[in-house]
Formats: sequence, structure tokens, C-alpha cells
Amino acid sequence: MKKAYLTALPYAVYACIFIVAPLILIVVYSFTSSGGEFTLEHFQRFFNFDNPAYMLVLWRSVRTAFVSTVICLLIGYPMAYILSKISARLRSILAFLFVLPMWMNFLLRTYAWMTLLEKTGIINTLLGAMGLPALNIMYTEWAVVLGNVYNFLPFMILPIYTSLTKMDQSLIEAAQDLGANRRGVFFKVTFPLSLPGVISGISMTFMPAVTTFIISRLLGGGQNALIGDIIENQFKVVGDWGFGSALSVILMVLILLSMNIMRRYEAENAEGGVLL
Amino acid sequence: MKKQRIGTWSVIYSALIFAFLYAPIVVLIIFSFNESKSRGSWGGFSLKWYESLFRNSDIMDALYTTLSVAFIASLVAVVIGTAAAIGIYYSRKRFKSLMTNITYLPMLNPDIVTGISLLILFLFLGINLGYTSLLLAHITFDIPYVILSVMPKLNQLDKNLYEAALDLGATPLEAFFKVILPEISPGVFTGFILAFTMSIDDFVISFFTTGPGTSTLSVTIYSMARKGIKPEINALSTIMFVVILILLVVVNIRSAKDVKKDSHRGGGSFL
Amino acid sequence: MLGLKKFLCVILSAILMLTLFAGCSGGQEGKPVLKVLNWGDYIGEGVIEDFEEEFGVEVIYDMFEQNEDMYTKLKTASGNASYDVVIPSDYMIQRMISEDMLEKIDVSAIPNFSLIDDKFKDLAFDPGNQYSVPYMWGTVGIIYNTTMIDEEVNSWSILWDQKYAKNMFMMNSVRDSMGIALKYLGYSMNTDNMDEITEAQAALIAQKPLLLGYTGDEIKDKMIAGEAALAVIYSGDAITCIDQNDDLAYAVPEEGTNVWFDNMCVVKGSQNIELAQQFINFMCRTDIAQRNNEYINYSTPQIEVYEGLSDDLKNDPLFYPSDDILDKCEVYEDLGDMVKVYDDMWTEVIIS
Repeated sequence: MKKAYLTALPYAVYACIFIVAPLILIVVYSFTSSGGEFTLEHFQRFFNFDNPAYMLVLWRSVRTAFVSTVICLLIGYPMAYILSKISARLRSILAFLFVLPMWMNFLLRTYAWMTLLEKTGIINTLLGAMGLPALNIMYTEWAVVLGNVYNFLPFMILPIYTSLTKMDQSLIEAAQDLGANRRGVFFKVTFPLSLPGVISGISMTFMPAVTTFIISRLLGGGQNALIGDIIENQFKVVGDWGFGSALSVILMVLILLSMNIMRRYEAENAEGGVLL
Repeated sequence: MKKQRIGTWSVIYSALIFAFLYAPIVVLIIFSFNESKSRGSWGGFSLKWYESLFRNSDIMDALYTTLSVAFIASLVAVVIGTAAAIGIYYSRKRFKSLMTNITYLPMLNPDIVTGISLLILFLFLGINLGYTSLLLAHITFDIPYVILSVMPKLNQLDKNLYEAALDLGATPLEAFFKVILPEISPGVFTGFILAFTMSIDDFVISFFTTGPGTSTLSVTIYSMARKGIKPEINALSTIMFVVILILLVVVNIRSAKDVKKDSHRGGGSFL
Repeated sequence: MLGLKKFLCVILSAILMLTLFAGCSGGQEGKPVLKVLNWGDYIGEGVIEDFEEEFGVEVIYDMFEQNEDMYTKLKTASGNASYDVVIPSDYMIQRMISEDMLEKIDVSAIPNFSLIDDKFKDLAFDPGNQYSVPYMWGTVGIIYNTTMIDEEVNSWSILWDQKYAKNMFMMNSVRDSMGIALKYLGYSMNTDNMDEITEAQAALIAQKPLLLGYTGDEIKDKMIAGEAALAVIYSGDAITCIDQNDDLAYAVPEEGTNVWFDNMCVVKGSQNIELAQQFINFMCRTDIAQRNNEYINYSTPQIEVYEGLSDDLKNDPLFYPSDDILDKCEVYEDLGDMVKVYDDMWTEVIIS
């Protein structure tokens, strides 16, 4: 099978054209001015400490994503834990019920919240009928967080759940035999062993949340622009591809760096199933 | 093993989470039958939004485009990806790790960066934005998923099988098709399904790589949603939900049957 | 796994069959294709289908939200993928002419051009109508909910009023929002004075906490549903909203506003110039223009269509302003080198 690697050649060529070249192009564009010359102006515009508007947007995106991820983790972990303790038969049915919303189109799920959250939307109608004050989180950052949590919660629950169910039960029993109480068992055995799942869940939530522009567009009212919105705007409306590329490069570096850091914490045997 | 009882708090908690996950979908479904357009009040039962959904040629065209692009892209991705996986598996370390890293790039990169980079590429190469560019973009992000699904199967392969086939007089090509391929076919199949799913659900990359007259379902829904609440979208959501529900139920019932036969499996719904 | 695989294979082949079938029945072999790029919600119901039938062609109809989107779309859709007919606004047409993005129109091929009032011909952005034919015109103004506002709405300053905090929408459009801020401060909407522009930006940033958001086409639905007390809107959309919710009213502020003209143009490099001109002629036909006008409610440049309107509408100063109001209104001009400045200033407002 020495020459077998030749079968990978079509892909190698394809990858060069469609994966590597585009990224090189983006980097090139990010250093090119509208006149076609080499320039650092796009990056300078971003790293401008006198007018840090763009850095603030990135910070806001990271912050929103972080809050969303933490909430997902806090809500999701207990749910995954509960799931893992249920009997096997019931468990697969319930896990299936969790997976089902994931299969619904991402946009439809976000759109669903539009109908609920509007000032004259369904939630407020119900609240009004019960005599409660209206909930006005549409067009705010919290609406975006809510959208994020809603969309990514299953992605947080599933890896943790998989991690928990694949755990070696004998370790838990051993800990109990050695006299650990419930809390000790959890914090010293269960949670650390479930970390790969947690890391997986975090990376599947944080990364899309930082880079989204759909959720902020539909639920944020065009006000709470995130870095994704700005990049989309630069490419589709303003037409400043140089600046848009620079922002993309910065975003890409940020994401790849954080993925790298997270990968270092992952267990050796992270299967494809856990990731997806 | 000690059986743990599920406390009432756990039940309440789970119920709340489920309500949270399903409430919006249920609301969409209910209001898809609403006579009035308003989201606040119920105007009576009506199927008119379903009617207007089917008469909406934009959505129907988008549906066709989405399905055909997903299907063709997945097919192409499977061919190129399987070949690539085999090639990578049998290659030397440096090439192997280089190719593996390149393969991971579209998956690790934010969609928006992948989409924009492809947009720039198409313009740079003078490829017109339209069905072709859309298809190429989908193939690009589908292939890594195929490779990712086939590789584990290759790793599980018994290295001696191929040699044994050759010893028994098969040509390398015969050995491949009759020995290796059947062994890795579950991975190939999974890769196809995965690629298909990713293509159907994609929004961001399609958003940047479609052209005049071409649109996918997600992109169309996005432009409709930007204009405000459209009850046709509710009807569409309901239909999609029902279809997916049926598909997943059937798949899970069958795989549960297979689980009973196949004692090695870990159980639970794969998908 | 076998049963499962078989089942899924069946499903996938079914999908394949369906898509091929749909492709066959939906495809139209050999018909000329006309690609039209227009504002969202900016054509009468069934007009495209009627054109397709009458002329035996297929129309690909795409939409945009703002002139700037459209411009970028045209720049990136190159060669065969580019559009044939496009309907931009005045300043954008000016810019596209200077960048050689439009084909000259042969007016003799558009006999219905004579049905258009001379008032709308030969305007500054396209002298002699060499490149464009009038489609619709209107103003930018404030739509407000009379049940939520009990004072007179006659100034842009109401949009900066604390009283209506979190109860207002502005437009997600660089020219319109910057323009309004400039007008509010008493400057020209076409200024190239950096101090004035910076002041406008500061005003917009100060206004931001009072707003619910920046909207596009969705403003109609929102105002009809009563989501806010005030919003910036185009005149035609205001009529549409008022029709569906009579609590609403439209106002053109005293400081003056933008009066705009949307014209139909043929894109440079179009492979279907003749068909494009036939389309433009078709749109200028009285019955078609009437349908368009009725559906989208914008002010028409057509003589006969105008005559056919109700007296209420004809005399309504909001939608057919008298000359003294029009004197205070400005038409947007192409900002040339300042385009980037305005764009960047506006981007900073959005992200602030």
C-alpha cells in the first residue's frame, strides 16, 4: 500500500484550492488597501486605542458568548447528570427528545423566539393576561443570550451526557467503598471524569456564539452588533473587503487559539461521536 | 449496582428544561394554524398559511435547491473524502498530519470566515456566484465530515486483510472493492449522512456563496424573517418538525432493533 | 445495520427522485431569462408573473434592503451572473453612472416614457434620463402611533425625546439615519464638512440608548402591531401601515427631509438589453403602474395613475407635498469620496 497515498491526491488538490487558497486570500486582502498596496491600516483601525470601537465589539461578542456558555453549562450539566442516572431504556428515549430540536433548522429555532419575545408577542400577551408586567428583553443583549442558550443547550447537554454514561462505574463504586459521601463522589470522581464532555460542550457552544450574526440580527434589533454582524456588514453592505478580511483574520486567530487551548485539556480518547 | 431513584426535584427540573426546549416549537406549530396573522391573539383555525406556503415559489425553489445541493455535494464528498481518508491513512507521518490539519480547518474555523474566504476565492477565480459556487462551497465543508467518519473505520481495519486478499490472487483494485470497502462502508455511509445533514442545515456559508436566483431554504427563511414575522414560516416549521420527528423515530426504532442484535454497541440514539 | 441502511437508501433515493422530478417540471428550457434586482416589497402582486406570461420569458427576481447592499451585490455578481434590470435611488444612480455601471437607455424603445410627468424627468442625478426611467418617488418621515403620542409631531427632535425612550426605531440605512441627524442639527444631508458629520454621528450615538433598534423592511409589521410609538419610514410604507392600523399617522418634519426618486436602470454588460427595456416599458404601462402603486402605495410619477387616485390622496400634502414643502427637502447626492467616511461613521454608531 505504499502508493495508496495517491488516492488522497484529488482531495489534496481540492483542499489547496478551496481551503488553503481562500484563507491565504483573506490574509492578503487584510493587508491590502483599497488602492491595492500593502498596508497595515485595517489592523490599525481595529487596534486603535484612541477609538477602540471595534475592539469593544469583539469584547462584547466574547462577553455575550461567555455568559451564554456559562448559563448553558449551569443549566445543562445537571440535566445531563439527571439523564445519565435514568434507566437505559427511558434514557435513550429522553436523549432522543433532546436531540430532536437540534435537528430543526437553526434559523427556525431563532425565529421561534422572535415570535415569543416581541413587545406584542406571545409571552407578553400571556403575561398581560395574568396581570404581570411585560417582559421587554427583545432588542437587548439578553435576548441574544437567550437565543444563544436556546440554540446551543442541546450541544452542551449531549457531550456531557455521553461522557457521563461512558464513565467507568466501578470507579464510582470504588470511591463509595472507600467512604466518600455523595458530594465527594461527585466532585472528586464524577465531575473530573466528565471533563472531556464538558470541554466538548463548551467548545461547541462558545465558538458559534462568538461568531454568530443571525441571532444578534434577528433578536438584537440591529443594535447589539457583534463581530459577526460587522464582518457581514463590511462584506455585504459597505464593501470594504480589506477591513472585513482583517476582522475575519483576527476572529479566526482568536477561535483557533481557544480551540487549541481546549484541545490540550481533552482526553486522549475523544471520539468523533462526542464531538458531534 | 445501587439503583438511584430519581428525586422529584430532578423530575421538575427535567420538565422545565423540556418545556424550555419545546415551547417555542410548540408555539410555532399552534400559530401555524392561526387564522389571524397576529402573534398575540387566536383568530380561529385555518390552513391558509400552508396553502400560501406551497404556492410560494421562492420557498419551493429554495427547498429544491437545498435538497439537490445537499445530495450532490454529499455524494461528491463521499467519493473524494473516502479516497482521501484511505490515502491519508496509508501515508507517511508528515503528510498525514499535514492533511489531517488541513481537513480540520473548515470544521474549526467559524462558518463566517469559511464563507467569506470562499466568496473571495470565487470572485478571484472569476467563478460566478450561483448554483455552481454554492455546490462547490458545500462540497468543501462536507468532505472533512466524510473523512472524519471514515478514518475510525480505517483504524479498526485489520491490516492483514488487504495482504490476505492479494495473496489469494486479487488485484489491488479488486482487493479494495471487495475487502476494504465493505469493511469501511458503515463509516462511508455515516459520512454521507453527516455531510447531507450539514449541507441541509447550513446557513452562513450558503449565505455568502449563493448568487442571483439561487437560494437555499435557510437563506430564504432568513430574508423572510428579516422582513418580520411571516406565518408561512410557522407552517414550514411545523412540516419540517413532523418530517424530522418521523424520520428520527423510524431510524431509532430500527437502530434499537439492531442494538438488541448487536451486543457490542453502547446503545442510545446515535443521531 | 443492514435494515437501517436499506431504509435510509430508500429515503435518499426518494429524495433524489423528487428533486430530479421537481427540477424537470420546474425547469423552463430555452426561455430567455431576465434578472431583476429591486427593493423588497416593491412591486405589485402578480406583475412579474404577468410579464413572464406576456413575453414568454422567465424572470429571476431578487431583492435588496438598501442601496448600499444593492451596489455591493452588483459589484460581486459579475459576468453572466449579473442582473439586467435594477431599481436604485437617485444618489446611487448618480454614483453608478460615474462608475460606468449602467447601460444607456434607448428612450425610443420605451414609448410609455411619455406617460410620465415631466416634473420627474431630467433630474440632477440623471440629466436627460439617459440611464434611468422614473419608477416611484417619496419622502422619508416619521410614522407614529396616535394612541401613544399626544403632542404634535413636526420635528426630528421628537426622535431624541427622553419621553419616548425605548419606544422608537430608526432606519438601518447610512444615508437616511445620518441624513436625519444632519437635518436635525440644521445641516445639509449631503454635507462634506467633517465637523458637521462628526456632530451628526455624536447625535446618533447619543440617541442610541433611546432606541429599540435599527430596522429595515420589518418596520411595517412592527408599527402595525404597535411595537413602538415612533419610527422612521418611507412615505409609501407609511400608507401601507396606516391602511392596516388607523391609530398610525405620518409626518414630515418642518426642518425638511429627504425626497427621493427610485428609477429603473439597465445594468452594464446585460445580455438582455432589449428585454430589459421591454420590462421597463411594461412597468410604465398605466395598468401595471396602477397595480404597483396600489400595492406598494408609493407616490407615482405617472400622470394617468395620479389622476386616478382618490382626491384625499391627491391632495394629501404628506404624500404629494406642495412645492413649498418640497423646497425644504433635499435629494441625496452621490457623496463621492465621502461615501467611505459616512459608512465608517455609521458603522461606529451601530457598534457603539
